[in-house]
Amino acid sequence: MADRSGQTPLNPSGLTGPAWWEERKAAAWKKFQALPMPRRNEEDWRFATIDAIQLGDFRPGQKGSTSKEALLKRSSASFSHAAKAVFSNDRLLHIEGGEELAKQGVVFESLAGALERHPGLLEKHFMAHPVDLGAQKFAALHAAHASAGVLIHVPKGVEVKHPLITHHWLDGDASAVFPHTLIVAGENAKVTVVDHLGSTQGNGRGLACGVTDLLVGAGAKVDLVCFQTWGSGVTSFQLNSTRVERNGEARSLFVNLGAAYARQESRSTMVGEGARSEMLGLSVGCDRQEFDQRTLQCHDVPNTWSDLLYKNALDDRSKSIFKGLIRVAPGAAKTDAYQNNRNLLLNPEAEADSMPGLEILNDDVRCTHGATTGQIDRDQLFYLMARGIDPRTGAQLLAHGFFEEVIARLPDREIGEAARALVATKFLSMRTRGGEAKQAAAVKRSGDHVLPEDEILDVRALQGLGN
Amino acid sequence: MSETNTLEKPDLKIDQDEGNFSYPEDYAFDAGTGLTEKTIDYICEAKEDPDWVREFRKKALKVFKDKPLPTHWASKDLENIHFDDFRYYLSKGAKPKRTWDEVPDDVKRTFERLGIPEKERAFLAGVEAQFDSEAAYSNIKKAVAEQGVIFVGSREGLKDHPEIFRKWFGKVIPTADNKFSALNSAVFSGGSFIYVPKGVKVKHPLQAYFRINAENFGQFERTLIIVDEGAELTYMEGCTAPKFDSVTLHSAVVELVAMKGAKLQYITVQNWSPNVFNLVTKRGLAHEESEIKWIDCNIGSRLTMKYPGVILKGRKARGEVLSIALANSGQHQDTGAKMIHAADETTSNIISKSISIGSGRATYRGLVHIPRHLKGCKNNTECDALLINTESRTDTYPAIVTRGEGNSVQHEASVSKVSAEQIFYMQQRGLTEGQAMSLSVNGFVNDLVRQFPMEYSVELKRLIDLEMEGSVG
Repeated sequence: MADRSGQTPLNPSGLTGPAWWEERKAAAWKKFQALPMPRRNEEDWRFATIDAIQLGDFRPGQKGSTSKEALLKRSSASFSHAAKAVFSNDRLLHIEGGEELAKQGVVFESLAGALERHPGLLEKHFMAHPVDLGAQKFAALHAAHASAGVLIHVPKGVEVKHPLITHHWLDGDASAVFPHTLIVAGENAKVTVVDHLGSTQGNGRGLACGVTDLLVGAGAKVDLVCFQTWGSGVTSFQLNSTRVERNGEARSLFVNLGAAYARQESRSTMVGEGARSEMLGLSVGCDRQEFDQRTLQCHDVPNTWSDLLYKNALDDRSKSIFKGLIRVAPGAAKTDAYQNNRNLLLNPEAEADSMPGLEILNDDVRCTHGATTGQIDRDQLFYLMARGIDPRTGAQLLAHGFFEEVIARLPDREIGEAARALVATKFLSMRTRGGEAKQAAAVKRSGDHVLPEDEILDVRALQGLGN
Repeated sequence: MSETNTLEKPDLKIDQDEGNFSYPEDYAFDAGTGLTEKTIDYICEAKEDPDWVREFRKKALKVFKDKPLPTHWASKDLENIHFDDFRYYLSKGAKPKRTWDEVPDDVKRTFERLGIPEKERAFLAGVEAQFDSEAAYSNIKKAVAEQGVIFVGSREGLKDHPEIFRKWFGKVIPTADNKFSALNSAVFSGGSFIYVPKGVKVKHPLQAYFRINAENFGQFERTLIIVDEGAELTYMEGCTAPKFDSVTLHSAVVELVAMKGAKLQYITVQNWSPNVFNLVTKRGLAHEESEIKWIDCNIGSRLTMKYPGVILKGRKARGEVLSIALANSGQHQDTGAKMIHAADETTSNIISKSISIGSGRATYRGLVHIPRHLKGCKNNTECDALLINTESRTDTYPAIVTRGEGNSVQHEASVSKVSAEQIFYMQQRGLTEGQAMSLSVNGFVNDLVRQFPMEYSVELKRLIDLEMEGSVG
């Protein structure tokens, strides 16, 4: 396949499969080429820094420089889990736990394994429910390239006790990866999945274009947590489609810490009465990071529930965009939907754009949404500083508290702890960074709510804070 | 009705059979249909515009032709506007006449129900282009004039007071702001020009129909209001009575300027007939410590797109939009507000309440913009939607951009329906279901309606009762 104007070419050595797989791949590639790049005046891309989307010359299947052992070591989870799969630059390094799960009838397979042993499941569900919130071109790119990732199928009535986890690594500066996670939960099944997306180097570059789909059967419960810690030079797309059947419950948390530009699209569709979906998001931005979040809560049938809470804390010149929509179909009476976006600006240069939307076509509903953007409470910060905590650390501590509302909603305590630890690591890296951070800090004068870390506490300057 | 009673609008249809007014061919001031440079020349000559206005109009025409319809975010219904079928200018002499007897009975009944004063009815029904109220309002006019307030038509404004008019005309809303502001800039006629001198506090609200001018409610009216330092003004336009009119495109531009410490309140209550596209651009420029408040009530029309805005240019300026929209079957109220913060410590408040009845659709669309380098700005937005019937629809599309330090914004929206318990309670006490619904809806908008001048709030309450009829049971 020809490389056209710097667009990522289809990897000829990608995952090969049966005829239907090849046909879909080819069709997706055609679609990717046919669809235009996002344009500035498109409503689905409003406020996004279109120029930041650089498909560049990143190539799939690049050989990384980090040893398998080192990667596996870095892929050791802090919490107990039932199965694990590790990929680097879309190559499967390691998979474990599948055999044990198979005894319960649970499928935990890499895409390649799934194509071989469960082609039916894959054919039926692989990217069967598009997100359609703007990034259709990149969904097509993903479908054309997907070779790494897992298929998880939990049959009727089976509860998987411990989380199933995946790790996707971007190794080196020239790679493109296309992580895929497909979760199919049968009637009354229960499963928790944790995806880790990361670069081997903190300042790594690359292109990541992932899809995570949750298909929640009647009465099933599926939890998904996605930790995104790509390197600071990565362009990332993370597309999620969640479909919940009668009395099913889905919960997803997207933790966005890495990447230069990270677009996350998440759609929950309630297709059966009593379906519930909880959509959570948490982002910490620094430098010029941009988190572009688009969500859709689709209520197609009566008596369904959804609750969205996306929180962003933004330092330096980082930026978040939240565009959400609750759509209630004409027949979807007794819908109970909630949508909330809260942004915390840790720096005057940071920017939060919020577009919480509603489209309600039925009168018998309870729908509310809210969006707030604000700063650290000066009284609270003053209290911490009076106890000898430097302002930047104090602000970050308060930001931890700000995120607690999101993290506390995770039922698994260990995963919650892992989330807290990742947020803390990000804050720590922001504190210890030189260069840009200090420059930005220089803008903030003493007496303001955030001070450079190395500035000596000046009690007189702080007295103004309490008033 | 005498011969001098001319009609407001050119091609008004009263009923299907008698509606086709004929136009004699030789009218001196009819620009014909369609919009070209020739039309502009024609308007300029008819209105005796100075050269700079002619140039302004022609530039605007080009912008209008170049700009695409904003259908990538707005309703596709805009594509049903056939710009070539309109008459863009018709002077007084070319206006058709009709008599009171020709006014449909239901219109007369509506006037009665709303309690419109006898004198105003004939005018509102389009029977009298001139509102015969000189006596009633001349005292206010006199008092206002004595204070040095200029209150004239936009045409007189640009002719007689060019030194003030030119300074601000087209500055708050540039021609190229959007396709419809460009259209207005090309063909505007009618509207008001008001200047309130420094420190003058105008006690009585000024109303468009104080000014005896057939161009009051022009199709492309252009209003410019400047309130100088420390002065205060309340301006009202429209009324709750339905405007019967088959001119299906209305595209006004209203520019407000509040100088340092000034206070300006602009109240609109409009009730359009259900075939009208009402595409209006309204914006105010608030200087230091000034306050601009839009009170906007939209009823009727096929599609209304109106987002009153305030540019908060000076420190501690304050902007406010209070909006009520009522969308009945076949109507789409796409309204909202824009708050552009451009100075420190500016505050803005948006409260929007919408009611959708039958298959009506009410949309809130808003923009709050707080750029970097600003400090201590605050915005509060509340949007509440009430849905009356199962097929009613409401949407909310706010966009909020926040940067800078010490700024805070909060946005809240809720969607609800009339509480069944409330209705039950009221029915227990002898109210019919319809009465109970009306009462409940009036309660929903009550805290906003209270801010309207008394006569407006009374009329509005009656109007809600009227609109609610037949929506239940």
